[in-house]
Amino acid sequence: MSSNASVTLNHQFEDLQQQYEAANMGMWAFIAQEIMFFGGLFAGYTVYRFKYLGAFIEGSNYLPLELGALNTAVLIASSFTMAMAVRAAQQGAKNPLLRWILATMVLGTTFLVIKAFEYADKYHHGLLPGFSFDGSGQLKIFFSFYFAMTGMHALHMIIGLGLMVWLIPKIRRGTYTSEYFSPIENFGLYWHFVDIVWIFLFPLLYLIGRDPWLTM
Amino acid sequence: MYVTIVGSLFFLTIVTVLAAFVELGVLNTPLALGIALLKATLVVLFFMHVRYNTPLMWVFAAAGFFMVLIFLALLMQDYMSRDWERPPAEFLL
Amino acid sequence: MSYLSASYGIKSWLLTLDHKRVGILYLVMTTVFFMVGGLFATLIRLELLTPQGDVFESDTYNKLFTMHGVAMIFFFLIPSVPAVLGNFLLPLQIGARDVAFPKLNLLSWYCFMVGGTLATVAIVMGGVDTGWTFYTPYSSTYSSYYVALALSGVFINGFSSILTGVNFLTTIHKMRAPGMTWFRLPLFIWAQYATSVIMILGTPVVAITLLLVALENLLGIGIFDPALGGDPILFQHMFWFYSHPAVYIMIVPGFGVISEVIACFSRKRIFGYTFVAFSSLAIALLGFLVWGHHMFTTGQSLYAGMVFSFISFLVGVPTAVKIFNWTATLYRGSISLETPMYYALGFIGLFLLGGLTGLFLSTIAVDIHLHDTYFVVAHFHFVMVGGMVMAYLSGIHFWWPKMTGRMYHEGWSKASALLIFFGFNLTFFPQFILGYLGMPRRYHVYPEEFQILNVMSTAGASILAAGYLILFAYLFLSLFTGRKASPNPWRAVGLEWEIASPPGPHNFDVIPIVTKEAYAYEEGDVTRVGSGTAAEGDPIPEEAERAEV
Repeated sequence: MSSNASVTLNHQFEDLQQQYEAANMGMWAFIAQEIMFFGGLFAGYTVYRFKYLGAFIEGSNYLPLELGALNTAVLIASSFTMAMAVRAAQQGAKNPLLRWILATMVLGTTFLVIKAFEYADKYHHGLLPGFSFDGSGQLKIFFSFYFAMTGMHALHMIIGLGLMVWLIPKIRRGTYTSEYFSPIENFGLYWHFVDIVWIFLFPLLYLIGRDPWLTM
Repeated sequence: MYVTIVGSLFFLTIVTVLAAFVELGVLNTPLALGIALLKATLVVLFFMHVRYNTPLMWVFAAAGFFMVLIFLALLMQDYMSRDWERPPAEFLL
Repeated sequence: MSYLSASYGIKSWLLTLDHKRVGILYLVMTTVFFMVGGLFATLIRLELLTPQGDVFESDTYNKLFTMHGVAMIFFFLIPSVPAVLGNFLLPLQIGARDVAFPKLNLLSWYCFMVGGTLATVAIVMGGVDTGWTFYTPYSSTYSSYYVALALSGVFINGFSSILTGVNFLTTIHKMRAPGMTWFRLPLFIWAQYATSVIMILGTPVVAITLLLVALENLLGIGIFDPALGGDPILFQHMFWFYSHPAVYIMIVPGFGVISEVIACFSRKRIFGYTFVAFSSLAIALLGFLVWGHHMFTTGQSLYAGMVFSFISFLVGVPTAVKIFNWTATLYRGSISLETPMYYALGFIGLFLLGGLTGLFLSTIAVDIHLHDTYFVVAHFHFVMVGGMVMAYLSGIHFWWPKMTGRMYHEGWSKASALLIFFGFNLTFFPQFILGYLGMPRRYHVYPEEFQILNVMSTAGASILAAGYLILFAYLFLSLFTGRKASPNPWRAVGLEWEIASPPGPHNFDVIPIVTKEAYAYEEGDVTRVGSGTAAEGDPIPEEAERAEV
């Protein structure tokens, strides 16, 4: 067992390897749970798309295809920066780790800013269920799912940004080394998962069925 | 190597957006979802390191996904059969 | 020094990272919620003594059964065995010093507390009257905003389940002692594993469902409102996708307890260990595929109903395997009737009845007649109270010496068990007949001719309540006046019995090396289980030479 003054071995574990594997497994179990959480939303979406295809296509036509595509690119880039951050952590490279995490934060924030513009636009057009909605019941259901799904996704991104803010001082203090980088790696898993949710949300909400030449 | 992966992801995003402009009828949806699945798989295998993990962790990674599929299947079989007067395999009755 | 005396003061308990203390925290609070739920049950049975609605208004009555259901299901049954016994025993039985994530463990208790408080306050103050099932569109469109508050409480409580599941799964995979292979694990652990899988995969779906209902309740967004094109049946699908597996969260840990108790008090290895182990996993998996049997009459397609009915019959098979195997374990075993065994034997009979009546309900044609009648109420009380609560009490009595270091008074415990068994049957068996005769559930009035059976049921409920009150009394008193327990008062086999009662804060000073099978009871061991007194100065096992276990 390697000894490093800055790495804590919690008393319930026999060695660092066990601690590392347990943390990783726990994170995956948590992600399985998150998949089911979003899965419920996807299930509801599927049912209503089956019942009200017309309204869902109409709803998609209101969504700006180019902003959705841009956001997809932004998130994919942030997954790349996150993967690079994990690699830097594995190598114990503190400054690159810090830079890649900051880059991830910048990209994440960009995503949220673009989303905020989209949401504001929907509100002004009377397409925000519960606040100002102007349209048929079936269209309202589409937009309820749009806001529930993208909103829940955005909430997860905000939580991710918050976690990165919490990680930054610890990174600067040199807490993460090539022997102890579990938190970075497991946070990376969370961030990639959030990216994957968007990878599915984008075609489902913005692409399938709609008229690509027109945003209403 | 991450550069290759992210490059493929960008490429697939462009493909899926362009595919939305091509009128393929009933194939559009499966195509878009298939590309999304491919992108997700790349992220899971390479960014999330599942490719290099143990088979046990593959089970963990896949479990949620399969459970969602099961949920969708059993859920949709209700909605899709609501209008049936008789089930398709009429000879069974 | 035991985990109880290791540190003092309220902070040492409220900020504990010791899984054993977390188990005790859950024990105390789940008992409180059980009493709350029991209080509301008393009020319900009081109203049902007479055919007229003369004690409560119908609206109030609706709030009573809502609170009864919410408290009992979400804040007692779901946490009980996993969070109380599981938290306490899991690391001990696998030879670990704690669970994988002790801080998450404590957090799960706080989620439970916050959720429970929120839900209780919402229901008691504002009067949530939707039933614990929160069916839409009533809960989403036509009822008060307190529903949204109650739903937030249940939502937060869901995190308690999820975190427990993540913790247990990781602990079982990663922290077994050397030599503790999968097939040397106690069946209690297999049961906890299966339960953790259900907790992780099922709970999030009800979480998102309840969140959507709360949003609709507050904002009127239309997902479940028929006037806007919403489908109330979708809510039922999403709700029962979790809530059916939830009943397996409630019962499977109980199955684990029964395996432990039957093995010990028959002095025999569980018959067909491998089958029983895998049956827990089979129940967990199949349990996710049957939820539509709650919806045969509500608007689901007939053909979907047939699919769900068929799979529901299948899920009875692994459960039956367990019952057969426990019975086969009893056969030619050296049976001694201590209190845990009373409860375990009672469990087998009552759960069997409850489970069989579940098959009646899975038959669509029969269910059309019985749905939403007292037959359903009787069915689930047989499996949950006659089954789960008795399994839980069996476990509490079995491991009480280990958890508290005290023995309880055997005479009172046996008397209370018999009272509970008798009271339970008198309360709920008449309800099968009432349901068959057509008395609907959730009504505070009923036709005259049903009164005699209702009176029997209420009489039974009072006897049941008396049994429970006696139980609380002698268990509580045992903490102060009970005989001190030895490490292994039941002469049971298992790692938890190799250490002191109660255990030290770190469980094992030296992690044991396991070489024996799970229920290595000696052939022909007919020694009566002892009284278990420990004298001062007896060597504590962990201080003795730690050789192979």
